Amino acid sequence: MRADPTEYRLVSPGNLQAVLSLLSGEPAQWLLIAGGTDVMVLYSAGKLPNRNLINIWNIPELRQIDVLPDRISIGAACTYTALREHEIVSREFPLLATAASWTGGIANQNRGTLGGNIANASPAADSLPALLVYDAELTLISVRGERRLPYRHFHSGYKQTALAADELIQDISLPRRFAGYFSHTRKVGARNAQAISKVCLAALGQIANGTIRDVRLALGSVAPVPLRLNETERLLTGKKIDSSLIETARKSAVNEIRPIDDIRSTARYRAAVAGNLVAEFLEKLAAAGMDA
Amino acid sequence: MNPSPATGAKSEVSFIVNGHTKKVLAYPMERLLDVLRNELELTGTKEGCGEGECGSCSVLLDGMLVNSCLVPIGQAIGASIVTIEGISTHALMNPVREAFLECGGAQCGICTPGMILAAVHLLEKKPEPDLADIREGLAGNLCRCTGYMQIFEAVASAARRRVAK
Repeated sequence: MRADPTEYRLVSPGNLQAVLSLLSGEPAQWLLIAGGTDVMVLYSAGKLPNRNLINIWNIPELRQIDVLPDRISIGAACTYTALREHEIVSREFPLLATAASWTGGIANQNRGTLGGNIANASPAADSLPALLVYDAELTLISVRGERRLPYRHFHSGYKQTALAADELIQDISLPRRFAGYFSHTRKVGARNAQAISKVCLAALGQIANGTIRDVRLALGSVAPVPLRLNETERLLTGKKIDSSLIETARKSAVNEIRPIDDIRSTARYRAAVAGNLVAEFLEKLAAAGMDA
Repeated sequence: MNPSPATGAKSEVSFIVNGHTKKVLAYPMERLLDVLRNELELTGTKEGCGEGECGSCSVLLDGMLVNSCLVPIGQAIGASIVTIEGISTHALMNPVREAFLECGGAQCGICTPGMILAAVHLLEKKPEPDLADIREGLAGNLCRCTGYMQIFEAVASAARRRVAK
Protein backbone atom coordinates (compact mmCIF):
# COMPACT_ATOMS: atom_id res chain seq x y z
CA MET A 1 0.00 0.00 0.00
CA ARG A 2 1.56 3.27 -1.16
CA ALA A 3 1.89 6.16 1.27
CA ASP A 4 -0.50 9.07 0.96
CA PRO A 5 1.49 12.34 0.86
CA THR A 6 -1.45 14.26 2.30
CA GLU A 7 -0.88 12.48 5.61
CA TYR A 8 2.71 13.65 6.01
CA ARG A 9 4.37 16.89 6.93
CA LEU A 10 7.87 17.88 5.77
CA VAL A 11 9.42 21.08 7.07
CA SER A 12 12.67 22.68 5.95
CA PRO A 13 14.07 24.94 8.67
CA GLY A 14 17.29 25.53 6.67
CA ASN A 15 19.62 26.00 9.64
CA LEU A 16 20.83 23.81 12.48
CA GLN A 17 19.51 25.89 15.39
CA ALA A 18 15.97 25.88 13.97
CA VAL A 19 16.13 22.09 13.49
CA LEU A 20 17.20 21.65 17.12
CA SER A 21 14.40 23.93 18.35
CA LEU A 22 11.82 21.86 16.51
CA LEU A 23 13.27 18.62 17.91
CA SER A 24 13.29 20.04 21.42
CA GLY A 25 9.72 21.39 21.20
CA GLU A 26 8.16 18.03 20.32
CA PRO A 27 11.01 15.54 20.70
CA ALA A 28 9.25 12.30 19.84
CA GLN A 29 7.27 13.74 16.91
CA TRP A 30 9.94 14.23 14.33
CA LEU A 31 12.01 12.11 12.00
CA LEU A 32 15.01 13.64 10.28
CA ILE A 33 15.41 13.13 6.54
CA ALA A 34 18.69 13.83 4.72
CA GLY A 35 19.21 12.00 1.39
CA GLY A 36 16.10 9.86 1.90
CA THR A 37 17.70 6.58 0.78
CA ASP A 38 16.31 4.79 3.84
CA VAL A 39 13.39 7.02 4.87
CA MET A 40 11.82 7.28 1.40
CA VAL A 41 11.96 3.52 0.88
CA LEU A 42 9.90 2.98 4.03
CA TYR A 43 7.65 5.89 3.13
CA SER A 44 6.94 4.62 -0.38
CA ALA A 45 6.11 1.19 0.97
CA GLY A 46 3.61 2.76 3.37
CA LYS A 47 5.71 1.57 6.33
CA LEU A 48 6.95 4.87 7.75
CA PRO A 49 5.33 5.32 11.17
CA ASN A 50 6.48 8.94 11.58
CA ARG A 51 4.14 11.52 10.05
CA ASN A 52 6.31 14.59 10.69
CA LEU A 53 9.64 14.98 8.95
CA ILE A 54 12.39 17.58 9.15
CA ASN A 55 14.53 18.15 6.09
CA ILE A 56 18.25 18.29 7.00
CA TRP A 57 19.56 17.87 3.43
CA ASN A 58 19.97 21.65 3.12
CA ILE A 59 21.82 22.35 6.39
CA PRO A 60 25.29 23.60 5.40
CA GLU A 61 26.82 22.91 8.85
CA LEU A 62 26.15 19.20 8.36
CA ARG A 63 27.76 18.98 4.92
CA GLN A 64 31.35 20.01 5.71
CA ILE A 65 34.48 17.92 6.03
CA ASP A 66 37.02 19.70 8.25
CA VAL A 67 40.62 18.52 8.20
CA LEU A 68 42.37 19.33 11.48
CA PRO A 69 45.97 18.47 12.41
CA ASP A 70 45.00 15.52 14.62
CA ARG A 71 41.61 14.49 13.24
CA ILE A 72 39.13 14.80 10.43
CA SER A 73 35.58 15.86 11.20
CA ILE A 74 32.89 14.71 8.81
CA GLY A 75 29.50 16.45 8.85
CA ALA A 76 26.75 13.88 9.39
CA ALA A 77 24.97 14.77 6.14
CA CYS A 78 28.09 14.26 3.97
CA THR A 79 27.27 11.85 1.19
CA TYR A 80 29.15 8.71 0.21
CA THR A 81 30.18 10.52 -2.97
CA ALA A 82 31.66 13.36 -0.89
CA LEU A 83 33.60 10.80 1.18
CA ARG A 84 34.88 8.96 -1.89
CA GLU A 85 35.99 12.17 -3.56
CA HIS A 86 37.73 13.60 -0.47
CA GLU A 87 41.50 13.35 -0.75
CA ILE A 88 42.29 12.85 2.97
CA VAL A 89 39.46 10.34 3.46
CA SER A 90 40.71 8.30 0.49
CA ARG A 91 44.36 8.46 1.57
CA GLU A 92 44.15 8.05 5.36
CA PHE A 93 40.83 6.25 5.81
CA PRO A 94 40.66 3.88 2.84
CA LEU A 95 38.36 1.46 4.67
CA LEU A 96 35.73 4.20 4.85
CA ALA A 97 36.23 5.33 1.24
CA THR A 98 35.93 1.72 0.05
CA ALA A 99 32.81 1.10 2.15
CA ALA A 100 31.31 4.28 0.63
CA SER A 101 31.96 2.85 -2.86
CA TRP A 102 30.06 -0.32 -1.90
CA THR A 103 26.97 1.44 -0.60
CA GLY A 104 24.33 1.25 -3.34
CA GLY A 105 24.84 2.57 -6.86
CA ILE A 106 26.08 6.05 -7.79
CA ALA A 107 22.61 7.64 -7.45
CA ASN A 108 22.30 6.38 -3.88
CA GLN A 109 25.89 7.39 -3.07
CA ASN A 110 24.98 10.90 -4.25
CA ARG A 111 22.20 11.05 -1.65
CA GLY A 112 22.97 8.57 1.14
CA THR A 113 24.82 10.08 4.12
CA LEU A 114 27.25 8.76 6.71
CA GLY A 115 25.14 10.15 9.57
CA GLY A 116 22.08 8.48 8.10
CA ASN A 117 23.87 5.16 7.95
CA ILE A 118 24.78 5.52 11.64
CA ALA A 119 21.33 6.66 12.79
CA ASN A 120 19.57 3.99 10.74
CA ALA A 121 21.64 1.54 12.80
CA SER A 122 21.45 -1.45 10.51
CA PRO A 123 23.94 -4.15 11.56
CA ALA A 124 24.45 -4.77 7.82
CA ALA A 125 25.60 -1.20 7.03
CA ASP A 126 28.93 -1.33 5.20
CA SER A 127 30.45 1.89 6.54
CA LEU A 128 29.99 1.08 10.23
CA PRO A 129 32.76 -1.55 10.72
CA ALA A 130 35.21 1.02 9.29
CA LEU A 131 34.09 3.59 11.88
CA LEU A 132 34.65 1.04 14.64
CA VAL A 133 38.26 0.26 13.69
CA TYR A 134 39.13 3.94 13.16
CA ASP A 135 37.95 4.81 16.72
CA ALA A 136 35.30 7.24 15.44
CA GLU A 137 33.80 9.71 17.87
CA LEU A 138 30.37 11.29 17.36
CA THR A 139 29.26 14.80 18.25
CA LEU A 140 25.62 14.67 19.32
CA ILE A 141 23.87 18.00 19.57
CA SER A 142 20.61 19.33 20.95
CA VAL A 143 19.39 22.64 22.37
CA ARG A 144 20.79 21.34 25.69
CA GLY A 145 24.30 21.39 24.22
CA GLU A 146 26.86 19.13 22.63
CA ARG A 147 28.27 15.84 23.82
CA ARG A 148 30.98 13.60 22.40
CA LEU A 149 30.39 9.89 22.35
CA PRO A 150 32.83 7.21 21.19
CA TYR A 151 31.06 5.54 18.27
CA ARG A 152 31.60 2.09 19.82
CA HIS A 153 29.06 3.07 22.53
CA PHE A 154 26.41 4.31 20.09
CA HIS A 155 24.54 1.11 19.28
CA SER A 156 22.92 -0.50 22.32
CA GLY A 157 20.99 -3.28 20.56
CA TYR A 158 19.32 -4.12 17.27
CA LYS A 159 18.31 -0.72 15.81
CA GLN A 160 18.72 0.78 19.31
CA THR A 161 20.98 3.82 19.72
CA ALA A 162 22.23 6.25 22.35
CA LEU A 163 20.62 9.17 20.52
CA ALA A 164 18.12 11.08 22.68
CA ALA A 165 14.81 12.09 21.09
CA ASP A 166 15.85 15.75 20.85
CA GLU A 167 19.38 15.06 19.54
CA LEU A 168 20.94 14.75 16.13
CA ILE A 169 24.34 13.54 14.98
CA GLN A 170 26.33 16.63 14.03
CA ASP A 171 29.62 15.12 12.96
CA ILE A 172 31.81 12.04 12.94
CA SER A 173 35.38 12.59 13.96
CA LEU A 174 38.25 10.23 13.07
CA PRO A 175 41.73 10.52 14.63
CA ARG A 176 44.48 10.82 12.00
CA ARG A 177 46.74 8.12 13.34
CA PHE A 178 46.07 5.12 11.12
CA ALA A 179 47.86 6.17 7.93
CA GLY A 180 50.75 3.78 8.67
CA TYR A 181 48.51 0.75 9.24
CA PHE A 182 47.95 -2.11 6.84
CA SER A 183 44.26 -2.04 6.00
CA HIS A 184 41.99 -4.61 4.46
CA THR A 185 38.26 -4.78 3.88
CA ARG A 186 36.06 -7.35 2.23
CA LYS A 187 32.35 -7.57 1.62
CA VAL A 188 30.67 -10.87 0.88
CA GLY A 189 27.25 -10.49 -0.73
CA ALA A 190 25.13 -12.07 -3.45
CA ARG A 191 26.67 -9.79 -6.08
CA ASN A 192 29.19 -6.94 -6.07
CA ALA A 193 26.87 -4.04 -6.88
CA GLN A 194 23.82 -2.97 -4.90
CA ALA A 195 23.70 -6.07 -2.67
CA ILE A 196 23.41 -5.89 1.11
CA SER A 197 26.25 -7.76 2.84
CA LYS A 198 26.03 -11.28 4.18
CA VAL A 199 29.25 -10.50 6.07
CA CYS A 200 31.54 -7.48 5.87
CA LEU A 201 34.99 -7.06 7.47
CA ALA A 202 37.04 -3.92 8.11
CA ALA A 203 40.51 -4.52 9.55
CA LEU A 204 43.67 -2.63 10.44
CA GLY A 205 46.97 -4.03 11.60
CA GLN A 206 50.52 -3.06 12.34
CA ILE A 207 53.53 -5.38 12.54
CA ALA A 208 56.66 -4.42 14.48
CA ASN A 209 59.71 -6.67 14.94
CA GLY A 210 57.85 -9.62 13.45
CA THR A 211 54.90 -9.49 15.85
CA ILE A 212 51.50 -7.81 15.81
CA ARG A 213 51.81 -4.46 17.54
CA ASP A 214 48.17 -3.45 17.06
CA VAL A 215 45.22 -5.07 15.34
CA ARG A 216 41.65 -3.89 14.87
CA LEU A 217 38.86 -6.08 13.52
CA ALA A 218 35.20 -5.23 12.98
CA LEU A 219 32.43 -7.16 11.26
CA GLY A 220 29.01 -6.23 9.89
CA SER A 221 25.94 -8.49 9.60
CA VAL A 222 27.11 -10.96 12.27
CA ALA A 223 25.40 -9.59 15.41
CA PRO A 224 22.56 -7.21 16.38
CA VAL A 225 25.07 -4.34 16.10
CA PRO A 226 28.24 -3.74 14.04
CA LEU A 227 30.80 -5.66 16.07
CA ARG A 228 34.39 -5.03 17.11
CA LEU A 229 36.19 -8.33 17.86
CA ASN A 230 37.82 -7.25 21.14
CA GLU A 231 38.70 -10.74 22.39
CA THR A 232 40.25 -11.84 19.12
CA GLU A 233 42.26 -8.62 18.95
CA ARG A 234 43.57 -9.20 22.48
CA LEU A 235 44.75 -12.71 21.79
CA LEU A 236 46.49 -11.61 18.57
CA THR A 237 48.35 -8.61 20.00
CA GLY A 238 52.07 -9.21 20.52
CA LYS A 239 52.04 -12.54 18.66
CA LYS A 240 53.84 -13.68 15.54
CA ILE A 241 51.45 -14.65 12.76
CA ASP A 242 51.68 -18.34 11.90
CA SER A 243 49.17 -20.98 10.89
CA SER A 244 48.32 -21.97 14.44
CA LEU A 245 47.66 -18.34 15.46
CA ILE A 246 45.43 -17.92 12.41
CA GLU A 247 43.41 -21.00 13.40
CA THR A 248 43.09 -19.70 16.99
CA ALA A 249 41.90 -16.31 15.67
CA ARG A 250 39.40 -17.96 13.34
CA LYS A 251 37.85 -19.91 16.25
CA SER A 252 37.86 -16.86 18.51
CA ALA A 253 36.12 -14.71 15.89
CA VAL A 254 33.41 -17.34 15.44
CA ASN A 255 32.93 -17.38 19.22
CA GLU A 256 32.55 -13.63 19.44
CA ILE A 257 29.89 -13.18 16.79
CA ARG A 258 26.13 -13.79 17.10
CA PRO A 259 24.98 -14.36 13.52
CA ILE A 260 21.39 -15.19 12.61
CA ASP A 261 19.50 -16.86 9.76
CA ASP A 262 17.67 -14.30 7.61
CA ILE A 263 16.66 -13.66 4.00
CA ARG A 264 20.24 -12.98 2.94
CA SER A 265 22.12 -15.84 4.56
CA THR A 266 22.33 -18.37 7.37
CA ALA A 267 24.07 -18.19 10.75
CA ARG A 268 26.23 -21.17 9.81
CA TYR A 269 27.42 -19.64 6.55
CA ARG A 270 28.05 -16.28 8.20
CA ALA A 271 30.15 -17.90 10.94
CA ALA A 272 32.25 -19.79 8.39
CA VAL A 273 32.76 -16.67 6.25
CA ALA A 274 33.56 -14.46 9.26
CA GLY A 275 36.30 -16.89 10.31
CA ASN A 276 37.63 -17.03 6.75
CA LEU A 277 37.71 -13.24 6.43
CA VAL A 278 39.70 -12.89 9.66
CA ALA A 279 42.11 -15.62 8.49
CA GLU A 280 42.49 -13.97 5.07
CA PHE A 281 43.27 -10.63 6.69
CA LEU A 282 45.95 -12.16 8.94
CA GLU A 283 47.62 -13.87 5.97
CA LYS A 284 47.71 -10.55 4.11
CA LEU A 285 48.95 -8.72 7.20
CA ALA A 286 51.76 -11.26 7.63
CA ALA A 287 52.77 -10.83 3.97
CA ALA A 288 52.68 -7.04 4.30
CA GLY A 289 54.75 -7.27 7.51
CA MET A 290 57.46 -9.26 5.72
CA ASP A 291 57.73 -6.59 3.02
CA ALA A 292 57.97 -3.79 5.57
CA MET B 1 12.55 29.46 7.77
CA ASN B 2 9.52 28.08 6.02
CA PRO B 3 6.36 28.09 8.10
CA SER B 4 5.39 24.61 9.25
CA PRO B 5 2.47 23.67 7.08
CA ALA B 6 -0.23 21.61 8.70
CA THR B 7 -0.55 18.01 7.61
CA GLY B 8 -2.32 17.84 4.30
CA ALA B 9 -1.39 21.32 3.10
CA LYS B 10 -0.12 21.84 -0.42
CA SER B 11 2.49 24.49 -0.92
CA GLU B 12 4.01 26.14 -3.94
CA VAL B 13 7.22 24.58 -5.12
CA SER B 14 9.40 26.56 -7.47
CA PHE B 15 12.26 24.80 -9.21
CA ILE B 16 14.01 24.61 -12.54
CA VAL B 17 13.19 21.73 -14.83
CA ASN B 18 15.20 21.30 -18.02
CA GLY B 19 16.24 24.94 -17.87
CA HIS B 20 12.76 26.39 -17.31
CA THR B 21 11.42 27.71 -14.02
CA LYS B 22 8.38 25.72 -12.96
CA LYS B 23 5.92 26.37 -10.15
CA VAL B 24 3.67 23.59 -8.96
CA LEU B 25 1.33 23.16 -6.02
CA ALA B 26 2.31 19.97 -4.25
CA TYR B 27 2.38 18.19 -0.92
CA PRO B 28 6.01 18.35 0.28
CA MET B 29 6.28 14.56 0.62
CA GLU B 30 5.12 13.92 -2.95
CA ARG B 31 7.89 12.19 -4.80
CA LEU B 32 9.82 14.18 -7.39
CA LEU B 33 9.09 11.27 -9.76
CA ASP B 34 5.32 11.76 -9.43
CA VAL B 35 5.50 15.54 -9.81
CA LEU B 36 7.57 15.19 -12.98
CA ARG B 37 5.26 12.60 -14.50
CA ASN B 38 1.83 13.73 -13.32
CA GLU B 39 2.09 17.50 -12.90
CA LEU B 40 4.65 18.32 -15.59
CA GLU B 41 3.80 15.41 -17.91
CA LEU B 42 7.46 14.51 -18.33
CA THR B 43 6.79 10.81 -18.70
CA GLY B 44 10.24 9.93 -20.01
CA THR B 45 11.22 9.36 -16.37
CA LYS B 46 10.00 5.84 -15.58
CA GLU B 47 8.99 4.19 -12.35
CA GLY B 48 10.48 0.73 -11.87
CA CYS B 49 10.89 -0.52 -8.32
CA GLY B 50 9.98 2.64 -6.40
CA GLU B 51 12.64 1.90 -3.80
CA GLY B 52 15.91 3.15 -5.23
CA GLU B 53 17.18 -0.18 -6.50
CA CYS B 54 16.59 -0.06 -10.27
CA GLY B 55 17.53 3.44 -11.48
CA SER B 56 14.74 3.76 -14.07
CA CYS B 57 13.59 7.01 -12.42
CA SER B 58 17.09 8.57 -12.57
CA VAL B 59 17.30 12.33 -13.08
CA LEU B 60 20.03 14.89 -12.49
CA LEU B 61 19.41 17.09 -9.43
CA ASP B 62 21.84 20.03 -9.35
CA GLY B 63 24.07 17.97 -11.63
CA MET B 64 24.00 14.85 -9.44
CA LEU B 65 22.46 11.58 -10.56
CA VAL B 66 19.62 10.68 -8.16
CA ASN B 67 16.65 8.33 -8.02
CA SER B 68 13.64 10.63 -8.25
CA CYS B 69 11.46 8.08 -6.42
CA LEU B 70 13.54 8.79 -3.26
CA VAL B 71 13.38 12.60 -3.42
CA PRO B 72 10.43 14.32 -1.74
CA ILE B 73 9.51 17.40 -3.76
CA GLY B 74 9.98 19.47 -0.59
CA GLN B 75 13.72 18.83 -0.97
CA ALA B 76 13.76 19.99 -4.60
CA ILE B 77 12.69 23.58 -3.91
CA GLY B 78 15.04 25.86 -5.84
CA ALA B 79 16.89 22.91 -7.37
CA SER B 80 17.72 22.42 -11.02
CA ILE B 81 16.42 19.14 -12.43
CA VAL B 82 17.36 17.60 -15.76
CA THR B 83 15.26 14.73 -17.08
CA ILE B 84 15.70 12.57 -20.17
CA GLU B 85 13.63 15.15 -22.10
CA GLY B 86 16.05 17.91 -21.10
CA ILE B 87 19.30 16.01 -21.61
CA SER B 88 18.63 15.73 -25.36
CA THR B 89 20.40 19.04 -25.98
CA HIS B 90 23.45 18.10 -23.84
CA ALA B 91 26.76 18.15 -25.72
CA LEU B 92 27.35 14.49 -24.85
CA MET B 93 24.02 13.34 -26.20
CA ASN B 94 24.96 12.98 -29.85
CA PRO B 95 27.70 10.42 -29.23
CA VAL B 96 25.65 8.68 -26.51
CA ARG B 97 22.53 8.45 -28.70
CA GLU B 98 24.43 7.18 -31.73
CA ALA B 99 26.34 4.64 -29.66
CA PHE B 100 23.20 3.26 -27.96
CA LEU B 101 21.53 2.87 -31.37
CA GLU B 102 24.51 1.21 -33.03
CA CYS B 103 25.37 -1.13 -30.15
CA GLY B 104 21.80 -2.22 -29.41
CA GLY B 105 21.92 -0.56 -26.00
CA ALA B 106 18.16 0.02 -25.92
CA GLN B 107 15.49 -2.66 -26.23
CA CYS B 108 12.17 -2.34 -24.39
CA GLY B 109 13.09 1.19 -23.30
CA ILE B 110 12.07 1.21 -19.65
CA CYS B 111 15.62 1.41 -18.31
CA THR B 112 16.90 3.52 -21.21
CA PRO B 113 16.22 7.05 -19.86
CA GLY B 114 17.96 6.15 -16.60
CA MET B 115 20.83 4.42 -18.42
CA ILE B 116 21.36 7.50 -20.61
CA LEU B 117 21.38 9.85 -17.63
CA ALA B 118 23.75 7.59 -15.70
CA ALA B 119 25.99 7.35 -18.78
CA VAL B 120 26.09 11.14 -19.25
CA HIS B 121 26.77 11.63 -15.51
CA LEU B 122 29.65 9.13 -15.73
CA LEU B 123 31.15 10.67 -18.89
CA GLU B 124 30.99 14.14 -17.35
CA LYS B 125 33.06 12.92 -14.38
CA LYS B 126 35.26 10.47 -16.30
CA PRO B 127 35.59 11.30 -20.01
CA GLU B 128 37.62 8.14 -20.69
CA PRO B 129 36.14 5.44 -18.45
CA ASP B 130 37.46 1.88 -18.45
CA LEU B 131 35.09 -1.09 -18.25
CA ALA B 132 35.24 -1.14 -14.42
CA ASP B 133 34.27 2.56 -14.33
CA ILE B 134 31.37 1.90 -16.73
CA ARG B 135 30.15 -1.08 -14.73
CA GLU B 136 30.31 0.94 -11.53
CA GLY B 137 28.71 4.03 -13.07
CA LEU B 138 25.73 1.99 -14.28
CA ALA B 139 25.54 -0.45 -11.34
CA GLY B 140 22.44 1.27 -9.97
CA ASN B 141 20.53 0.86 -13.25
CA LEU B 142 18.93 -2.48 -13.91
CA CYS B 143 18.09 -3.80 -17.39
CA ARG B 144 16.08 -6.98 -17.96
CA CYS B 145 16.51 -7.11 -21.78
CA THR B 146 20.04 -6.58 -22.94
CA GLY B 147 22.19 -8.49 -20.48
CA TYR B 148 24.16 -5.21 -20.12
CA MET B 149 27.00 -5.98 -22.54
CA GLN B 150 25.52 -3.87 -25.35
CA ILE B 151 24.97 -1.02 -22.91
CA PHE B 152 28.55 -1.15 -21.57
CA GLU B 153 29.82 -1.23 -25.16
CA ALA B 154 27.59 1.73 -26.04
CA VAL B 155 29.05 3.84 -23.22
CA ALA B 156 32.62 2.86 -24.16
CA SER B 157 31.86 3.67 -27.79
CA ALA B 158 30.32 7.05 -26.86
CA ALA B 159 33.49 7.92 -24.94
CA ARG B 160 35.69 6.94 -27.93
CA ARG B 161 33.56 8.97 -30.35
CA ARG B 162 33.83 11.99 -28.13
CA VAL B 163 37.59 11.68 -27.69
CA ALA B 164 38.01 11.19 -31.46
CA LYS B 165 36.33 14.54 -32.13
